[in-house]
Amino acid sequence: MKAIRKSFSGVEVLKGIDFDLCAGEVHVLAGENGAGKSTLMKILAGVYRDHDGEIFLKGRRVRFSSPHEARANGIAIIYQELSLVEPMSVAENLLLARQRVGSVWFDRNASRKAADLLLKEMHLNIDPDRPVEEFPISVRQLVEIARALSLNADILIMDEPTSTLNAQEVDRLFAAIRAVTGRGCGVIYISHKLEEIDRIADRITVLRDGGTVGTSWASDLTRDELIRKMVGRQITDHFPYTRTERGREVLAVNHLTVAGSGSGDRPDVHEVSFSVFEGEIVGLAGVQGSGTSEILHALFGDARGRVHGTITLPGRRTARRTPRSMISQGMVLQTNDRKVNGLVMGMSITGNITLASLARYSPGGWLSHSRERRASAGQAQRLRIRAASLSDSVEYLSGGNQQKVVFAKWLETDPRILLLDDPTRGIDVGAKQEIYELLMQLKGKGCGILLVSSELPELLALSDRILVMRKGEVVREFARGEAIQDEILRAALLDAAGAHA
Amino acid sequence: MKYCAQPFLMRRVPMPDRTSLIPRLRTMILSPTARGIVSLLLVFLLGLLFNADGAFFSWDTHRDMLRQVSVYGILACGMTVVIISGGIDLAVGSILGLAAVLFSLFSIHWGWSVIPAIAVTIAAAAFCGAISGGLIARFRIQPFIATLAMMVFARGLAKLVSGGQKISTAVQLPDGSYQYVDVPQIFNTIGSRLLDDNIAVVTLVLMFCVLLSWIFLDRLRWGRYTYAVGGNEDSSWLAGVPVSAVKLLAYALSGLFCGVAGICQAAQELQGDPEAGSTYELSAIAIVVIGGISLRGGRGSIWMTALGILTIGYLEKVLSINAVGEESRLMLTGIIIIAAVLFQKRMR
Repeated sequence: MKAIRKSFSGVEVLKGIDFDLCAGEVHVLAGENGAGKSTLMKILAGVYRDHDGEIFLKGRRVRFSSPHEARANGIAIIYQELSLVEPMSVAENLLLARQRVGSVWFDRNASRKAADLLLKEMHLNIDPDRPVEEFPISVRQLVEIARALSLNADILIMDEPTSTLNAQEVDRLFAAIRAVTGRGCGVIYISHKLEEIDRIADRITVLRDGGTVGTSWASDLTRDELIRKMVGRQITDHFPYTRTERGREVLAVNHLTVAGSGSGDRPDVHEVSFSVFEGEIVGLAGVQGSGTSEILHALFGDARGRVHGTITLPGRRTARRTPRSMISQGMVLQTNDRKVNGLVMGMSITGNITLASLARYSPGGWLSHSRERRASAGQAQRLRIRAASLSDSVEYLSGGNQQKVVFAKWLETDPRILLLDDPTRGIDVGAKQEIYELLMQLKGKGCGILLVSSELPELLALSDRILVMRKGEVVREFARGEAIQDEILRAALLDAAGAHA
Repeated sequence: MKYCAQPFLMRRVPMPDRTSLIPRLRTMILSPTARGIVSLLLVFLLGLLFNADGAFFSWDTHRDMLRQVSVYGILACGMTVVIISGGIDLAVGSILGLAAVLFSLFSIHWGWSVIPAIAVTIAAAAFCGAISGGLIARFRIQPFIATLAMMVFARGLAKLVSGGQKISTAVQLPDGSYQYVDVPQIFNTIGSRLLDDNIAVVTLVLMFCVLLSWIFLDRLRWGRYTYAVGGNEDSSWLAGVPVSAVKLLAYALSGLFCGVAGICQAAQELQGDPEAGSTYELSAIAIVVIGGISLRGGRGSIWMTALGILTIGYLEKVLSINAVGEESRLMLTGIIIIAAVLFQKRMR
C-alpha cells in the first residue's frame, strides 16, 4: 500500500501511509486508539473506496469497489465487532461465506463435515448444529476466526481478535495463525497488547496520528522502544491547565461492583472506591473493556449489570438511580458515542440542546419556543457552535460541533458532577482545544469531573489525579505530575491478556 | 505538533450560502412536507384528468370527500403520534368498533345523556390504548405484537358487549319482540351538516383533532419527548426523558382518538356495529405514510398527515366518481400508494 490518504468530513485520518506485507509473515500494526489502524485495514478490505494512494497485490495494481471484491482477491478480515448471524447454527455460519451463488440447496451433511474439520483445526469442541447465539462471546469470536481461516485467503486481517479471549484461547488462536502463515498466508494483526505483539509479530509497524512512525523487525524492537513509538509526542503546554483549589467532596464511591453483562463472566467493575472533589478532574485510564465506561454508566443509573456498593452525592439521596434522578441531582453523563446515545439525530440543534432541561422551557407543560431559542443561542455562542441555523437538524453538523451540542445540552442542566466518556473522540483539533478550555472553565467554577479518555496525553495533561484500571479494578493511582505515560501504559496494558495463563 | 492553538478569527469556517436562492429552493422542494404535497398534487391531477364529466369540479364532490375521509383522518391523528414515537398501532380499527358499540349502548339502550356517554366512551377507548402502551413500555413487547393482540381483544370485547348484534334503535324487549325507540338527538347532530349543508360536523371534529395533535406535538413538552423517544430512545433515556411514560401516553392518545372516531362512526350509521372499523387501521397507516412520514419514527408533523388525509380522500373519491368497481378500486389504491411512496423516495 502506497501513500494512502483518507479523510472523514474534512478531518484527515490517514496522512500518506506506506505499508507492505510478505507471504507467510505476521505483520503487527500497533498504535493508540484513533491512530488510523482500523481505517487503513478497512481500505485494504474494500470497505472504504474514496481514498488516495495505490494498493498493489502481488505486483498488480488493484482498487476494490466492495468488500466482496476484496474477498474474491484473497483478502479476509475479522472485525472487532462480530459479524455472525446469531440465530443460525455454527455450521451454517462457517459455510455461509463460501456458499456458491446459484446453488439452491444447502447440503446439510457436506456442510457438517466441513464444519467439523474447521472446528477441529481450531481445537474447538462444540456442536456445529447449535445456533451461534447459545455460545459465550469468546467461542463466537473463535468461530468467526475459524470462518475467516477457512476462506483460504492470501491475506488475513485481524483487528484486535483477542479482546474477548482468555489465555488458553489466545494460545489456540496463535497456533492457528502459525498454521496459516505456514501455508504462505500473510497475516496483518492489529493489537495494542504488548505481550501478544511480543509473541506473534515478525514485523511491527507503528502508526500514530494517521502517519507511520516506522516499520521494524520484531526482534530488533524492545518493549520500551515500542511504547515510546506508540505514545510518541511529548505533552506540551498546548493543553490548557489551571490548578484549582479543591473544594468539598461531590461524589464518593465505595466498593462499587457492576456485574458482567453476560452470565458467568467476571464483573465489569470490581470493588472500586474513590471520590471526586469540587474543582477537580479525575482521570480514569484503561484499555477498552477495563471497566472505565462501565463505572460512568453505573454512577449515572444506566448499568447493564447489577450494581453493588454505595454511591454518595451531597444533598438528598435517591432510592432509585435513573438518568432522570441523577440529572436532577446535578450529575450528567456524556457517552462516548454521540450518534448512538448522545444526540437525537432527527431533531434540531435547539431541540437537542434543551432536551435534558426541557421542564425549564415549558412552564405548565407548554413549550416556550422563544425561551428555548434564546437558551440554545446562548449556549451556541458560548461554545462557539458553528451552524447555519439552530433550527437545522443536528445531523448536518460536523463531529466537533455535534459534540459541542452534547456539551451544551448538559451545561443547560447546571451540572455539579460531569462524567465524560472520551469527550474528544472523533473530532478535529480545533474543537478539541475548545473543549479542553471548557473543561478548565467548569473546573474553575467548582464542578467535579470524572474523565475517561482513550488518549493518554490528553488524560495526563488535563487530570489532577489519574486512576488506572485493569480488568475492572483500580490498580494504581497517580497524582498529577508523578504520572508518566509509559508507566500508566504499563500499568494498564501489561498482563492484560496473559495474567492468568 | 498536533495541538497548535489557532486564533479563532483566522480559522475558516465553512458556512452554507444563505443568500443564494437556488439552494434554498432546493431545501424547500426536498423538505418532507413537500413530498406529501407532491402525492396530493398527483392524485388531484388524476381527478382533473378523470373528472367524470365534470363531476370532479363540483363542490359537492369535495364536500363529500371531506365527510367520507373524516373518520379515517381522526384515526390517522392518533396513528401519527404513535408512529412519531417509534411505534405502530394496529388496534385502532377494533377500538373504534368497541367505542361505536359502547356509545350506542349508552345513549340508545341505556338512555344516558350526551356528556357522560361521550366521556365514558372516550375514556374506555383511551384505556384500551393505554393498555397497549403499558405492555409496550413496561414489558418491552414489540408494538406490532402488543397492538395486534389488542386489535383481536378489543374486537372480541365489542362483540361481547353488543351480544354480537348491531346496537340500533330496534331494542329487543324481554318477550323477544322488538320495539323501536327514537334516535337520540346527539346522533343526528354529529351526523348533520352545518353552514347550508356545506360542512359536515364530523369534518369539524376531524379539524379539531388535527388541531389537538398539533398542540400536543408542537407545543407541549410531552410532544417534544415523543419526537425524542422516536428519534433515539437511548439518547432520550440518558437525557432524563421518561421514556416509558411517553410511550404509554402515545398509545393512550391514539386510543382517545379512536373513541372520538367511534362516536362519529356510530352517529353516521345510526347504530353501533361491533364489526365497525375492520381494516381501518390499514387506512390510517396508509394516510400517515402517504403524507411522507417515515415509519422509523422521530420525524414528521401533523401537517404531513393532513396532506395524507386529503390524498387518500381524493384518491377514493376519484375512483368512486369514475364508478370503478370495488375490486379494481382496492387494487388501484394499493398500486397508487406504492407509486406515491416510491416517488417520494426518489425526491430524497
